[in-house]
Amino acid sequence: MSASFTKSTARNIFYGGAVFFFLLFLALTVDTVQTLPKRDNRANLTEQVARGKKLWEVNNCIGCHTLLGEGAYFAPELGNVYQRRGPEFIKAWIKAQPTGAPGRRQMPNFHLNDAELDDLVAFLKYASEIDTNKWPPNIEG
Amino acid sequence: MSTSAKAAPRPAGGPTPANMHIRFASQTVAKPYFVAAIGLFVGQVIFGLIMGLQYVIGDFLFPEIPFNVARMVHTNLLIVWLLFGFMGAGYYLIPEESERELHSPLLAKITFWVFLVAGALTIVGYLAVPYATLAKITGNDLLPTMGREFLEQPTITKIGIVLVALSFLFNLSMTVLKGRKTSISLVMMLGLWGLAIFFLFSFYNPHNLVLDKYFWWWVVHLWVEGVWELIMGAMLAFVLVKVTGVDREIIEKWLYVIIAMTLITGIIGTGHHYFWIGTPGYWQVWGSVFSALEPIPFFMMTLFAFNMVNKRRREHPNKAAVLWALGTGVMAFLGAGVWGFLHTLAPVNYLTHGTQITASHGHMAFYGAYAMVVMTMISYTMPLMRGREANSNGAQVVEMWAFWLMTIAMVFITLFLTGAGILQVWMQRMGEQPLGFMATQDKIAFFYWLREAAGVVFFAGLLLYIVSFFVGKREAARG
Ligand code: HEC
Ligand code: HEM
Ligand code: HEM
Ligand SMILES: [Fe+2]
Repeated sequence: MSASFTKSTARNIFYGGAVFFFLLFLALTVDTVQTLPKRDNRANLTEQVARGKKLWEVNNCIGCHTLLGEGAYFAPELGNVYQRRGPEFIKAWIKAQPTGAPGRRQMPNFHLNDAELDDLVAFLKYASEIDTNKWPPNIEG
Repeated sequence: MSTSAKAAPRPAGGPTPANMHIRFASQTVAKPYFVAAIGLFVGQVIFGLIMGLQYVIGDFLFPEIPFNVARMVHTNLLIVWLLFGFMGAGYYLIPEESERELHSPLLAKITFWVFLVAGALTIVGYLAVPYATLAKITGNDLLPTMGREFLEQPTITKIGIVLVALSFLFNLSMTVLKGRKTSISLVMMLGLWGLAIFFLFSFYNPHNLVLDKYFWWWVVHLWVEGVWELIMGAMLAFVLVKVTGVDREIIEKWLYVIIAMTLITGIIGTGHHYFWIGTPGYWQVWGSVFSALEPIPFFMMTLFAFNMVNKRRREHPNKAAVLWALGTGVMAFLGAGVWGFLHTLAPVNYLTHGTQITASHGHMAFYGAYAMVVMTMISYTMPLMRGREANSNGAQVVEMWAFWLMTIAMVFITLFLTGAGILQVWMQRMGEQPLGFMATQDKIAFFYWLREAAGVVFFAGLLLYIVSFFVGKREAARG
């Protein structure tokens, strides 16, 4: 780098750039948070959904599955599983685990009661109705 | 900027008679941190190999170690050993830059044991009881923060991490305040404070899934594509000053330009995670444009390392450290820059989001940038802390073999996962008759076998790396 471009110039670009772009990021964040009510399906964010989200978390479903494309890549995407399989299948599926099929990837049994299964399904339904800009590309997730 | 004239007087003893290769005795508190880092790295890779097998033999170790448990252990050990590495680097680098002893070596030692025990207990918790039980007994109900990727730690562990970070930052900040202030130490401190501050977002876990995800990335993305790059840049600059003897002014100028580009591109670049999670469509433009520029600072890091080594004014006997420094530049650019760019534009990411392409990039980026920069620092400082300027030739040869084995194995892991990812996208997400997830996984199992084989080579490289610390002891002691 040329000698006329000094360290203090570089330092000023760093501080100026960092502050400017962080403020811009904050501004975009404020706008995003204000726009979200139209997109994030909060109208359907009930107590039951909140309980379902907690069950999702304390059983670490994200450790095998993706949800809206984020998580682990070992098991199917669940952001749209409500559309792919429907509520009854999901509940029956979770109850029937593990499959025990030799050599096949396994999902544990989480010993959930019927109310808890309903909560989880409510959460998956709520998640599936978030406006994700048409992701995933097809029903297979 | 104050100069060395203002620095505290050289403490009694100065360079310890016992070890003339380090300037301040307190720098050696870094040693246990580095040893722990390497130990946890071994654990990380073992669990990686377990998961690699579960990818192809689905019921391997089921139900003893379900995949999600192995994954938590793998990724959390990764983060924890990198944090140990950063802390060790901080304890070594800050006293040297500040030209004074560490504020409190005792506090650093206590912090080490607290962090190690808390980390070990957390891992034992993952393995010993079902995750839901762990959540219950650690009081997750009071402040639910668990069950999100990378942030699986019980809330009390998270609080522990914050306390450890505060103790560490207090110790280093006091040292800097009382001593010489250099650009390298300033950037290091900015990065470390940023790390702690952004971690606080892990305590924010709203019921609203979109908000949850939005701010989750403030920890994950603003770490690896933000403040961690400051830490990495400072560590690399520190080692390059030492091994090349190039004028500090030049090195620090590069450092500022690199981290300026990091934050100019990387902050708004967070938008590449806001394409499909419920956030507004304009993020597809902001995220694509800015993150497409994120490879620039990584490319500059490569140029930086090579330029400084080419302009070196001395031949440092620690050739292995120079190799690690150059390797970090190249591999960080490949893993973060090239493999990041590959899937960062919204139309491409629409297809690749959450596939093996993501995993391929995650592996090479974490290894190339952060694992390697920590090993660069270890390679440079460990011989000094053990009382020699560099390891014996024999030890360095072994270390360089380990470098090549691990690095080439990681290139292959990345390539095999990329192959798997391309086929996955093709079969599952394109065309009229897409295959289901599990059917697709079956068809690409061959690539997972190859990845596992490359993983075994990686593991061999890692073991060789450990061996290198025990080679040629007698020879070095004489030198
Ligand atoms: C240890 C890994 C693991 C964990 C943890 C896990 N799953 Fe699964 N899950 C799987 C696997 C593997 C499959 C596919 C199995 C198959 O097809 O044989 C699956 C399939 C499913 C399916 C059916 C998907 C479809 O498209 O057919 C649903 C629904 C599901 N899981 C829900 C959950 C929920 C809810 C949780 C958390 C409470 C969870 N899973 C936790 C591994 C896991
Ligand atoms: C050497 C053998 C290794 C194997 C076989 C391996 C395997 C795996 C597997 C199977 C996953 C889970 C992927 C999924 O969610 O489905 C994973 C995740 C991960 N591993 Fe490894 N790993 C290895 C080494 C490493 C190393 C050396 C690093 C970094 C230094 C690393 C960093 C990561 C990261 C960051 C993730 C999370 C990726 C993401 O979320 O996209 N791994 N690994
Ligand atoms: C050293 C720096 C970097 C590291 C350690 C890193 C690591 C990771 C990891 C682990 C993930 C997976 C996150 C998850 O589990 O959901 C990820 C995702 C991603 N990274 Fe990086 N990354 C780095 C730099 C970059 C850069 C510079 C770019 C762009 C040029 C980039 C683009 C992306 C994209 C687009 C995703 C989302 C993938 C998806 O949609 O599934 N990354 N990164
Ligand atoms: Fe990112």
